[in-house]
Amino acid sequence: MPHYEPWSEARAREVINELVHLEGPLMPMLHAIQETFGYVPEPVVPMLAETLNQSRAEIHGVVTFYHDFRHEPAGRHVLKLCRAEACQAAGGDALADHAEQRLGCKLGETTADGRVTVEPIYCLGLCATAPSAMLDGRIVARLTERRLDNLIAEAQS
Amino acid sequence: MTIRLYVPKDACAIACGADEVAAAIEAAALKRRVPVEIVRTGSRGMLWLEPLVEVGTAEGRIGYGPVSADDVEALVEAGLFEGGAHELRIGRPEDHPFMARQTRLTFARCGIVDPASYSDYCAMGGYKGLERALALGPVEIIEEVRKSGLRGRGGAGFPTAIKWKTVADAKADRKYIVCNADEGDSGTFADRMIMEGDPFQLIEGMTIAGIAVGATKGFVYTRSEYPHAIWAMQKAIDIARAHGMLGVNIAGSQYSFDMEVRMGAGAYVCGEETALLDSLEGGRGTVRAKPPLPAHKGLFQKPTVINNVLSLVAVPHILADGAQKYADFGMGRSRGTMPIQIAGNVKHGGLFETAFGIPLGELINDIGGGTASGRPVKAAQVGGPLGAYVPPWQFDLPFDYEAFAAKDALIGHGGIVVFDETADMAKMARFAMEFCAAESCGKCTPCRIGSTRGMELMDRIMRRERLDANIAVLTDLCHTMKLGSLCALGGFTPYPVMSALTHFPEDFGVTPRKLEAAE
Repeated sequence: MPHYEPWSEARAREVINELVHLEGPLMPMLHAIQETFGYVPEPVVPMLAETLNQSRAEIHGVVTFYHDFRHEPAGRHVLKLCRAEACQAAGGDALADHAEQRLGCKLGETTADGRVTVEPIYCLGLCATAPSAMLDGRIVARLTERRLDNLIAEAQS
Repeated sequence: MTIRLYVPKDACAIACGADEVAAAIEAAALKRRVPVEIVRTGSRGMLWLEPLVEVGTAEGRIGYGPVSADDVEALVEAGLFEGGAHELRIGRPEDHPFMARQTRLTFARCGIVDPASYSDYCAMGGYKGLERALALGPVEIIEEVRKSGLRGRGGAGFPTAIKWKTVADAKADRKYIVCNADEGDSGTFADRMIMEGDPFQLIEGMTIAGIAVGATKGFVYTRSEYPHAIWAMQKAIDIARAHGMLGVNIAGSQYSFDMEVRMGAGAYVCGEETALLDSLEGGRGTVRAKPPLPAHKGLFQKPTVINNVLSLVAVPHILADGAQKYADFGMGRSRGTMPIQIAGNVKHGGLFETAFGIPLGELINDIGGGTASGRPVKAAQVGGPLGAYVPPWQFDLPFDYEAFAAKDALIGHGGIVVFDETADMAKMARFAMEFCAAESCGKCTPCRIGSTRGMELMDRIMRRERLDANIAVLTDLCHTMKLGSLCALGGFTPYPVMSALTHFPEDFGVTPRKLEAAE
């Protein structure tokens, strides 16, 4: 399970300052912020705007453009199910339905107890051993209903 | 004597349990007090056999696969360490029919070498291309690439040498080499396999490009979905730098070149080259109107070569072995080899590198072994989410840029996704529109609005509402998107939609005859 730090402006400043020397530093900064706090907290936006001499709107535009950047913390575990064509061809639809039913929430949502966020992902590049999933950064291929149940049980524990 | 075993650490192998297998082998050897060394390689590309364990013997490396951690004890008992008989034994991997039929240039080392070993790379011909490039100089390098006939492997098939020449001729204080490793197409994994299995090759290719055009800085832009590739690439860059193959005065020459890995954030459209550049600069990944071309005003408005991974890794071979040898492979204007990725509902999925011209059906039925489910093949989507669905009656189509284009299809990045007869092609057409709607950068109207309208139309068609009228509107919409979109996302989404409709009208609730009348 990933461990994230609680929000701290000083820590955010530190993370940002470590990367200012890069060419085109905004994407690496946003990734680093999300790796630190688990999401991109709203107060980071004006901090980045000031550091990079851009408007808040510009930074906000970037943060909201990319699917990866979270605007609020995810559940304790994140289960990503590949929903792209190769996984669909190999039975991914039924597995996604199964996961939604077992977790009692739709793809893109977090279970009521806050334990599991389940999300679609478009291609893990494991297309020859589809269907695939990722649990907290761990990749699993040749997914079956039984293996998915194991992953869900692991995420719920 | 220490026994050497090879277990892939390719993401696909890891996802199939390779780490657990490696640990189990180590434990089994320890228990028997047999000294073993486990080398973590890339993947050979026979992905249905992953994890594919190999053991070094007097007869060469002997493979076993697919091995699960539970199999290890029995395997060791059967004589894994000596290459003994077992039902999972496949013999020498290079003799396997799937491998023996390939022409491996780009993937010659993948699965054989330790991707983090500089000496492994050099021992198998690595840096021979750079050596010759340094001897030739910029003008001659570009001439070699031109003579090889190399075309961009990302999908568009644009001649690589023309791009390079344009950047070389541009005057600027700073130029860039950008590697497009944003491999977002479903059914493709060649870039990932190279970065994980033979990353020095990409470094060498980018370095040669840098020398050719006068660029001193390179970026590899890849996907956040590829953590293993990022890690492997990063490590190789550090090692290359330590050996003086990146940085100031590479390999003791007058040239300097260094590079960085950058990570996207889940936006498919960033695989489009100008959107990728905007993302690298720290912006929204929106598509730029051309001109200006990236070769004139690319990254940070500087002249930029932006090439796909597979284009750049072909370069060291072209330089090392000469342009003619590379150009001798292929057909028509498609020269050289293409790493083709066979995926989806297929029995023998994997990476098959071969000269252009091989018929699609041979790849799917013969090499791929047909569907994994055992049902008949219904269609194959070639070229990712924006590629056409090709029906079995067109499987004689040779794998060639022009041949595919003539049939309103594209080879794209060389991915083939196989579907069996249970696939609902109307649903797949709807998915193409849905994907475009979710991933559209929003800059141009046909893509941004058209995809959402297309999704709504497909919903109506799937409910069989006013079928003729809605299909006529869908056809018209696809025409508008194809001609009016700024980039391939909106421009090519009509390919899967229209090919599904044309070849499988029954899934849309119309008879083929009726469809012809509507046109």
